[in-house]
Amino acid sequence: MASLDDLKKRIASVKSTQKITKAMKMVAAAKLRKAQESAEKGRPYSEKMNNIILNLSNGISDKENVSKLLSGTGNDKVHLCVVMTSDRGLCGGFNSNIIKKAKSYFSKISAEGKEFKIITVGSKGNDQLKRVYGEKIIENISFKESKNANYFDADKVGKMVIEKFEAGEFDVCTIFYNQFKNVITQIPQAQQIVPLNNVEDENTSDESYEFEPDEDEILSNLLPKNISTQIFKAMLENSASEQGSRMSAMDNATRNAGEMVDKLTIEYNRSRQAAITKELIEIISGAESL
Amino acid sequence: MSEEFKVEIVNPEKSYLSKEDVIEVVVPAFEGEMGILKDHISIISFLKPGIVTIHSKSGEDKFYVEDGIVEFKNNDLSILTSSIFNLNEIEKNKLQDLLKLAEEEASKSEANDQTKYLIDQKIEVLKSLN
Repeated sequence: MASLDDLKKRIASVKSTQKITKAMKMVAAAKLRKAQESAEKGRPYSEKMNNIILNLSNGISDKENVSKLLSGTGNDKVHLCVVMTSDRGLCGGFNSNIIKKAKSYFSKISAEGKEFKIITVGSKGNDQLKRVYGEKIIENISFKESKNANYFDADKVGKMVIEKFEAGEFDVCTIFYNQFKNVITQIPQAQQIVPLNNVEDENTSDESYEFEPDEDEILSNLLPKNISTQIFKAMLENSASEQGSRMSAMDNATRNAGEMVDKLTIEYNRSRQAAITKELIEIISGAESL
Repeated sequence: MSEEFKVEIVNPEKSYLSKEDVIEVVVPAFEGEMGILKDHISIISFLKPGIVTIHSKSGEDKFYVEDGIVEFKNNDLSILTSSIFNLNEIEKNKLQDLLKLAEEEASKSEANDQTKYLIDQKIEVLKSLN
């Protein structure tokens, strides 16, 4: 059995760890509120953008010559995967969930005999992916310096994606991120952004618009913006998810540390008692032998 | 019948402004300034750098935008933009910074005509503001 001194030291160390995790939980909770707020505030923009594009693509006259970003290249050979993770660890299963989702997508694609390339956003994802898929990663971006998700960072990623698309480096682009549902639940998402999937057709009106300049020009201007917007949305969702995930992970850690302290304290008291009893027996038996 | 309609300006971070008592909005559309009154036909257009003016019952607001999209439908005007500044609140230094940035862009870019035109527009507007 460990000596009394050792036990005492261990209790002290667990307690200080508990303090740290508790502090991290508090910080995450405060950041979560902000991140959640900005995720909610960011939603109208991406929704409106989506609506406009939907209306536009319905009204478009010349389906043949429409921008490739909308209709696709006609091929389905090379997939570009933008994997968005956090820059910091200690946030539970947040990063692993995204990676898992991405990896299953990779194996599905390779099983179909298609190629894929990876762009990682955030250093944690890069760390986890480079061991297995090192040669597939063509770009790694991390926004450690920026405190909050901001549009300019998203725009940088978006511009890069478009550049690569125009250079013909890929046919399909998918982004991977965690959608924030609530503090305990984050859903890893794979969203295809190029070509654009027009799935939701239900809320489009038949109303015709006047366009100035014409549809094609607006569309070709709008689509690149939409990519940045989608990436920005993913970043906002991601940052809220990250904080939520960290908060619950740190909450668990704090609780576990508490349990550990209780157990160690009982053990400590027991061995202290045992030592006292032992000493007493020694004294009594010494006195008896006289 | 009232002559008012609703306008909402959103940027990626948040809903920037929302007003219900708007009488007229003048936007710097790509092919020239455009005034929008109530019951305008549904329209989608995009913006070049310039000044958005909102005339409402409660007064007049002016904003400087660098880019964006306007959509008008059912007396509901949405302006999506990634960079917008209220001219009443913006500081002189900020305007000068923007101008400097735009001039740098203009000097180095060998971009196509359209972007060049946009940058020139930006510089012109900023100069007039400064």
